[in-house]
Amino acid sequence: MKKSKVFWVYIIVALIGYGIINVLINNGTLDLYYSNLIITIMINIILAVSLHLIIGITGQFSIGHAGFLAVGAYVSAICTMYFNLPFVIALVVGAIVAGFMGLLIGIPTLRLRGDYLAIATLGFSEIIRIFFLNWDYVGGASGMQVTQMTTWTYAFFCTLATIIVILNFTNSRHGRACIAVREDEIAADSMGINTTYYKVVAFVIGAFFAGLAGGLFSHNFYVILPVQFGFLKSFDILIYVVLGGLGSMTGAIFAAILLTVVSLYLQDFPETRMIIYSLVLIIVMLYRPSGLMGTKEITDLFKFKKRSKGGNVND
Amino acid sequence: MTNPLLKVDNVGIHFGGLKAVSGFDITLNEGELVGLIGPNGAGKTTSFNMLTGVYKPTEGTIIFDGKATKNLLPHQVTKLGISRTFQNIRLFKELSVLDNVKVANHSLAKHSMFSAIFRLPSFFVGEEKMTEESIAFLKIFGLDQYKDELSKNLPYGMQRRLEIARALAAGPKLLLLDEPAAGMNPQETRELMDLISLVRKKFNLTILLIEHDMALVMGICERIYVLDHGQLIASGTPEEVQNDPKVIQAYLGEEVEDSC
Amino acid sequence: MEWLQQLINGVSLGSIYALIALGYTMVYGIIKLINFAHGDVFMIGAFVGFYAVTYWNVGFFPALIIAMILCAILGVVIERLAYKRLRNATRIAALITAIGVSLLIEYTMIYFRGSQIETYPDGLVPNTKIDILGAQISSQSLLILGVSISLMVLLQFIVHKTKIGKAMRAVSHDADAARLMGINVDNTISATFAIGSALAGAAGVIFGLYYTRIDPLMGLLPGVKAFVAAVLGGIGSIPGAMTGGMLLGVVETVVSGLGFSLWRDAAAFVILIIILIFRPAGIFGKNTREKV
Repeated sequence: MKKSKVFWVYIIVALIGYGIINVLINNGTLDLYYSNLIITIMINIILAVSLHLIIGITGQFSIGHAGFLAVGAYVSAICTMYFNLPFVIALVVGAIVAGFMGLLIGIPTLRLRGDYLAIATLGFSEIIRIFFLNWDYVGGASGMQVTQMTTWTYAFFCTLATIIVILNFTNSRHGRACIAVREDEIAADSMGINTTYYKVVAFVIGAFFAGLAGGLFSHNFYVILPVQFGFLKSFDILIYVVLGGLGSMTGAIFAAILLTVVSLYLQDFPETRMIIYSLVLIIVMLYRPSGLMGTKEITDLFKFKKRSKGGNVND
Repeated sequence: MTNPLLKVDNVGIHFGGLKAVSGFDITLNEGELVGLIGPNGAGKTTSFNMLTGVYKPTEGTIIFDGKATKNLLPHQVTKLGISRTFQNIRLFKELSVLDNVKVANHSLAKHSMFSAIFRLPSFFVGEEKMTEESIAFLKIFGLDQYKDELSKNLPYGMQRRLEIARALAAGPKLLLLDEPAAGMNPQETRELMDLISLVRKKFNLTILLIEHDMALVMGICERIYVLDHGQLIASGTPEEVQNDPKVIQAYLGEEVEDSC
Repeated sequence: MEWLQQLINGVSLGSIYALIALGYTMVYGIIKLINFAHGDVFMIGAFVGFYAVTYWNVGFFPALIIAMILCAILGVVIERLAYKRLRNATRIAALITAIGVSLLIEYTMIYFRGSQIETYPDGLVPNTKIDILGAQISSQSLLILGVSISLMVLLQFIVHKTKIGKAMRAVSHDADAARLMGINVDNTISATFAIGSALAGAAGVIFGLYYTRIDPLMGLLPGVKAFVAAVLGGIGSIPGAMTGGMLLGVVETVVSGLGFSLWRDAAAFVILIIILIFRPAGIFGKNTREKV
């Protein structure tokens, strides 16, 4: 099983990276500004990877991912602030509730195709936002105070878990079924794949991890406001996936890192940021609609063997 | 007499006011190789779509292997044992040749999503079994050396063969082939027909085949149904059908410009 | 006679949705694209109308016409610059581009003038209460309704009685066949964008008149709702878009009237889900199937 060896190499490299950054944060080389940037990058990677599963792998065009982020953010904040639950449990509860919302929303909407699905998911995320806006228990429009609890360790391990779960899911018969749905839904159905089931599964897993990201997000900023979870947030996540290449997880991760850093430098010029983002999006779609990486992974560039996707056994 | 494998009784479908197919009656016994022919637009592919659950018939009944399939979804029909190819090739273009077959093999595999996510031993065993079985199918069609190519990069004739390999991997009792030889030259067509006969014996299949190439249909099929304007106009052995005046009229009337 | 008043209010609101929905449905009918930027053309129309009445001191009708003309030009520019290259792209690529164009228009607008709200001046049109069958109906509502219906009648005339209308119907039916028949498909598509955008521009000015407050991000929600209206009526169908818009306006007014005004915006999406599940072709739509 060469494949599993490669897998462990990546894990060890990731853990070493974690250790180095942990030391740098603890001895103050990376000040609050940078450690916050790194945590934000991690949150955005989780969002990018979870949406990548829905759009890039399963081909279901959901543009309401911020809705699940909002559910995770509010639910986990309620857990820690009102019920004094430990942060870890709050994160898990937030993710589960978001996943459950994904199930509720996914079952009716995933019958829809392409454009219609996009509009419906946008609609649902707006409904979720309107719900929190009108819910006085969580502060309504003026928002909710949340204690800062997210640390580099939490952010790192949540990100690692997200990547491993989604990668392992993708490289299995279930992930292949999802890709088949993306490639040709009718053919997939005719080959015995329950297309609705796999669309819903991908949607629920995506929503679950978006909820996890929500928990990290709400405990990183002292206050959460409904306005943070509007269409623009969904759009931010969408652009990671699209720019990175629909179907490429490493592409999505790379785009999430790049754009998080770029937007930090442009944070005093939000209009300029949005103009640049939208121009980039239009130009990429017009001249390179498959995104930077297409469906390829960055790790493919380091392989000497022929590409073999899935949990293939090397012969 | 045993029950027929497939019994289609008075099935019809209309789209809005247009009657695409009506009064469609066919019976397939186990192990038969039957042809379905007819001029362009006669409703052949529409009939396939009704048999596989892609379209829901507006009337009639379909009994496959003792079960009514009219209200089932395509994947449920496939799990009962009907699998198909498509006239306009519908491979999963961005997946490798091997993965295309593994997708069809999917419903026969057992390992769970849980075992996949946590990479439990059952996952590795399950995936290995799928790979082995899929490669065996590819070998039959001479595609095993291309297993890591993306299916969209295969030449046309191989794509057609891969479609059949993929359909077989779903583990069918009844295989529906929609113009498997379309666009092939006579040499390729002959090889394909040999392959079809081979897999039929090897997997104990019943086959229903749509084809335009008359010589081919007449040569290989044991029985033939003829559709025209959405209605069955004749059925019987190749000789009977060939000499049926209605069939001759349907073809001479409309098939002049079409000589594929 | 409370309900009659509510009904008229709903229909007035609905006529705004209907005007926007017409642009969606025409564009979708012809190039199968949800023109996400359509809601922003509507926003631009509202601002053009606002600047026309406040800075150039023109009346309501000249402002309406100026907004329609400028929006028509904007629509054609968007189509030529962004969408023309996408004719053969995937649906997702087209939709993402449309979202990009939408955000580009919104934030370019904010970049140049800020995101503050503008308020349409009062007294642009006479606003008296008229007593009809015991219900108090504002003359403004009736004017809005009148203008909208006139525009829709005009549209029906263009689509069914003129050469360009015939070309539009031909292209939406089968672009390749239309091209073979000598129809200039590119120009026809541009004309569709021009007409649809002009209607959105008109809707913008009417919206400003009715609700008075306008801002650069106002296009998103009415835009999405108008799309829902188009789907409700049957996408691609012009009478469908009108009916769908009116119906949605009435439903929203009823939801508000029943005391759920905070949930008014959610009503459209609930309708969307219901209609797509039970009658995906919409009220006036034809059932089309994917060819297998």
